[in-house]
Order: sequence, then structure tokens, then C-alpha cells
Amino acid sequence: MAEIAIKGVAKRFGGFTALHQVDLTIADQEFMVLLGASGCGKTTLLRIVAGLETPSQGEMWIGGRRVDHLPPRDRGIAMVFQNYAVFPHLTVFENIAFGLRMKKLPQQEVERRVNRTAELMHIEQLLKRYSGQLSGGQRQRVAVARALAMEPDVILMDEPLSNLDALLRLEMRAELKGVLAASKTTTIYVTHDQVEAMSLADRIAVMHQGRIVQAASPVEVYRNPAARFVGSFIGNPPMNFLPAAKAANGSWSVAGLTLPGPKSDRQAIEFAIRPEDVEAGEAGLPAIVRVIEPLGPHTLVTCDVEGGLFRAVLESSATVAVGDRLRLAPKPERIRWFDPETTHAI
Amino acid sequence: MTGTHMSAIAEAPAAAATADARKAGDWLLVATAILLCVWVLLPIYLLIVNALSSPQEVTAFPKRFFPSFDIGSLTFFINFAGVARALWNSVLVATLTMILSIGFGAPAGYALSRFDFPGKETFRFLVLMTRAFPLPLLALPLAVMFIRTGLDDTAIGLALVHTTLALPFAVLITFSLFSGIPVELEEAAWTLGCTRWQAFRKVILPLALPGIAASAVFAFTISWNEVFAAAVLTIENRTLTAFLLQSLGESPLYLKFAGGAALVVPALIFIFAVRKYLFAMWGIANR
Ligand SMILES: Nc1ncnc2c1ncn2[C@@H]1O[C@H](COP(=O)(O)OP(=O)(O)OP(=O)(O)O)[C@@H](O)[C@H]1O
Ligand SMILES: [Mg+2]
Repeated sequence: MAEIAIKGVAKRFGGFTALHQVDLTIADQEFMVLLGASGCGKTTLLRIVAGLETPSQGEMWIGGRRVDHLPPRDRGIAMVFQNYAVFPHLTVFENIAFGLRMKKLPQQEVERRVNRTAELMHIEQLLKRYSGQLSGGQRQRVAVARALAMEPDVILMDEPLSNLDALLRLEMRAELKGVLAASKTTTIYVTHDQVEAMSLADRIAVMHQGRIVQAASPVEVYRNPAARFVGSFIGNPPMNFLPAAKAANGSWSVAGLTLPGPKSDRQAIEFAIRPEDVEAGEAGLPAIVRVIEPLGPHTLVTCDVEGGLFRAVLESSATVAVGDRLRLAPKPERIRWFDPETTHAI
Repeated sequence: MTGTHMSAIAEAPAAAATADARKAGDWLLVATAILLCVWVLLPIYLLIVNALSSPQEVTAFPKRFFPSFDIGSLTFFINFAGVARALWNSVLVATLTMILSIGFGAPAGYALSRFDFPGKETFRFLVLMTRAFPLPLLALPLAVMFIRTGLDDTAIGLALVHTTLALPFAVLITFSLFSGIPVELEEAAWTLGCTRWQAFRKVILPLALPGIAASAVFAFTISWNEVFAAAVLTIENRTLTAFLLQSLGESPLYLKFAGGAALVVPALIFIFAVRKYLFAMWGIANR
């Protein structure tokens, strides 16, 4: 049982605040992905959980125990580092066995665990090699095997697949998911790859400039972004945003189109819609086609709407040409609204 | 139009010129390498040829190209009163220097590479600055202080002075050595159950050992070759350099050659013995 609770954790490096008041609870055996752009504080947060960095304020709890004052080795965690950190002076076998030997497990048990995790990660035939004789992908597997062999309550991974080629990444992603689900550990997984995040996570915590903007299931994060940033960061192509002016109470004018919306005191808010949630038809947002990109199953059409960029994913059967004037009708149930000042969803 | 023509014409000679320049560069490189080798090897060659010749041959002319392997000069030198003792003193002082400068230098280098503390840059600068004090300037007050504290004419006293000479190098070499080892390796060890000290011993030390050995040998060699402090601060317990400076000033040429060889050859052997580690050190730095 290892539930992780991060309570009001902040981190300052000199005058620079890397993390502001982060609160996050991760359930036992949950797969939590920290997702965010480069420099938003993902690694810093992970290192605070691991005990490699001390928070400037706040509390860290793992498995119902307060761990702020504990060194990494007493926290029941194992970590996979972004650059693997496979010990170059030890063989793959000794790398995986390293933590087990520190625990003073009997040789038999060490061998059993090393062989089992090596098998799991498909590196049985590499056990005698040194890290200098491994490819990046193999080193990656060793790093994961080393963490798994510890049979930790919590496993922390910092962009473990970032250095692999696309194909290997896809393969490892599926493997990791299976292995971790079977091992019943609580996982925090850092990435800036949203596809990776969507495919692995039970829940995604989207980070932005040292804050957690939203922590929810992948579908929820995709469908109901809690803030403008989440909508613009997640989804490829990202969400479209258009200014909306108040037409009447609960009704907003967007690019000449009057749409029912939330009740608000503000005179202007923001309208948002995902590119795949519009249909070309008789009525809708007036758009002039600028670029057409056929993607096979769909066609990505980049248009001008009210002088701003607007992307739409249309059926590939739709016949459009550059310069065409389209009417793009947003699906009413998929429209989202954001407050332009707080950037939060309304 | 004319512009493209011009550049096309200009290109051919330019290419030829770069090829020429490269060739000239190659020659320069080879010539420099040869010059440097001669610079280093010729004195050593002369030293060894003369040391391995009989006393008569040393002063004779023309010289032989190969030594006669007469050990007359060397046996005379070894049996010369006080040489054996001076040799022992040299080894003792150099070993103490080596232990002290690594014992103090390696932790300092580690701290510099791993911790941030106020005044770190100043400290690094100061470490180098200690080399700016000329030893002759310090020698007299040092001698007075040593006599007061009873450190004069002792191996440990001289080793302390040699340590101040060798320490900056030990600190800076080990600093760059530890800096070249990724912190993540150490952190990984912590997460795998190590204390700070265990992580250092099981991960950092094995990786740094070649470099530490190299800087130890370097410290040894600094002490082994140092003559000024040795001459000022010792009387009875002279090291080999001080002994040679004092007693061979007026001694015959063949004895000087033998003494020179006795100084140079161990240093060479030492460096030769750790050459693998020296290369390994670069290997770590390059990875
Ligand atoms: N030791 C440090 N000293 C000063 N600033 C730091 C330190 N470590 C991190 N930072 C800063 O804190 C911010 C967050 O860094 P962090 O490494 O957590 O980002 P990240 O989200 O992991 O980014 P990436 O995806 O590029 O790895 C960055 O702006 C970084 O410059
Ligand atoms: Mg990072």
C-alpha cells in the first residue's frame, strides 16, 4: 500500500520559483503521468518525491508516512533516470542486483530476481555486458529492470522513453504498461509527450509553469480541459480558440454566429472547440481555407476565421480547395468556454 | 550573372589553396611532434647513456652511440656515502606527500564538484593562487617556524611543504574528475539503498580511482623532483634532490649523470606504470 500525497509543496531555486504550492494525491497502484512543457517543473517535483531535492515548503507523504526528513533509500521508492544512470563499472547483472545486494538478500534470491526482471525486460542475453556495450534502448531496459527488481512500493520514471526511436518507444510503452500493471506498484511517470501520457496514464497531471493545472483521467483532460493551457497543450492539432462577445445573458456571439453558452458577468469570454468537433455545412463559423493537409483517414484544413488561425479535421471525402469559403459548424455538446482573465474553464 | 562566374572561377584556386594549407598543416603537426619528442627524449637518452658508461667514457670524446653498460658510475654513486639514506628519505617524503595531498585534495575536489556553497568560485581561485607565492619568499619564515615547532629536518615537515605544492593540483584534478562523473549515478545509488558514503565507495570511487591514482602519482613526482624547500628545510635528513644539489656540485661529471638518472628513472617508471590510468582518466572525461 503506497498512496502518495504531495501537500502544498513549493520549490525555490534562489529567487526563481520552480514549483508553486503543488497539491496532488496519487492512489495506491495508480499510474500517474506528469505532463508538461520543458522547464515546467516535472523533474523537480519527481525529485522531491524521491528525496533527491528538499522542498522549500510543504509536506510529502508516502504510504501514510511523512517522508520529508527521510533520505531516498528509506522512502520505498525506485527511480528510473532520464539519462538511465546505468553504472558503467558494473555488468548488467550487477547493475540489476545492486539494490538487492544493498538489501543484503541471499545470493539465491538476488539471482532469482535479476533473472526474472531481466526476462521481463527481454535482456536475459545481455546480463554479462557492460553499459558501454549496450544501445540506448537496451540501457533503458536495464534501468527499468534495476528499478523493478527492487519490488518497490513506488516507481518514479523521468522521461524514460525520450531517447528511443519512435518504433522502439511504441514497443516499450506497451511493455511498460503491462509490466507495471502486473507489478502493482504506484507509478509516477514524467513525460512531455502527450501521446505517451494519454496511452499510459490512469490519470494525467498537466503541469504549467510550476503549477498543476489539472489532474484527471486522459479522456477528461482531453474533453474537458480545466484551463485554456490544457486545451492548447493537449491534442494534436490543439484546440481552437475564438473570442466570444456577450449577445444576451447566456448567449454569445462568436465570429458572427450566436451560440448558447454559460451565464457570466463578463462582456467577453473565449470560445473553444477541438478541430475534429466541427463539420463543414450550410451554417457555422465563416472560414477561408488557407492550407490543406490530407492525412489519410482525415484531412486537416487550416483556415482563417475572423483573421485568426482555425484548424478543422474534416472527412477526407470532403472536397475543399485553397481559397474556398466554408461554414464550419461546431458540435454544440463539444463547445468549451474559458474565462480570458483567469484562463479557467467556465 | 558575372557574379556567379566570378565565384566559380574563384572557387577552384580556393579549393587548391585549402588542400595546400591542409598539407602544410599536416607537415607542421608532424614536425612539431618530432621536435617535442626530441626535446623530451634527447636529454633522457644522454642521461641514460652516460649513466650506463664507465667513468672514463663519460669524459671521453667522441661519445658512443650505445652505452657500454658499464655500471661503474652507478655502483660508485649508490655506494657514495649518504645516497641510500637520501633515496629512502625521498621515497618517504614523496609517499607522505602523496597520501596527504590525496587525503585532503580528493575530498576538497569532491565537495567542489558536488556542493554549492557561497564563495565557491573564490575558493577555487584561491586554490590556484597558492601557486603564485614563490617558495623562496616563504622559505625563510617557514624555516624559522619549523625550527620553533620542531618540524625542521623531519620527513613529515618537508612532506607538509610539498603537500602545499601538490595540493592545488590534487584538488583541481580530482574536481574535474568527479565533475565528469554524472551526479545521477550517485543519486541512483542513493535510491537503490546507499548512504552517501556507500554510494561514494561503491559507485564514485571505482570510477574515479584511475584518475585519483594518476593525481597521486603526480603528487609523488612533484615531491620527488622538488629541490628548493628540501635544501632549505633539511640538513641531516636530506632528500635525494637536496643531497645531489649539496654534495654533487663539486663532484665529477659521471657522478652527476648517475645521480640525474637515479632521479629521473623512477619518475619515468612511475608515470609509465600509471599511463593506462592516465588514458583511462581521459576516457572518463570524454564519455
Ligand atoms: N538546481 C537548479 N537550480 C536552479 N534552477 C533549477 C534547478 N533545477 C531546475 N531548475 C529550474 O527549475 C525549472 C524546472 O526544472 P525541471 O527540471 O523540473 O523542468 P522539467 O519540467 O523537468 O523540464 P524538462 O522537460 O526539460 O526536463 C526550470 O526552469 C529549471 O531551469
Ligand atoms: Mg526533466
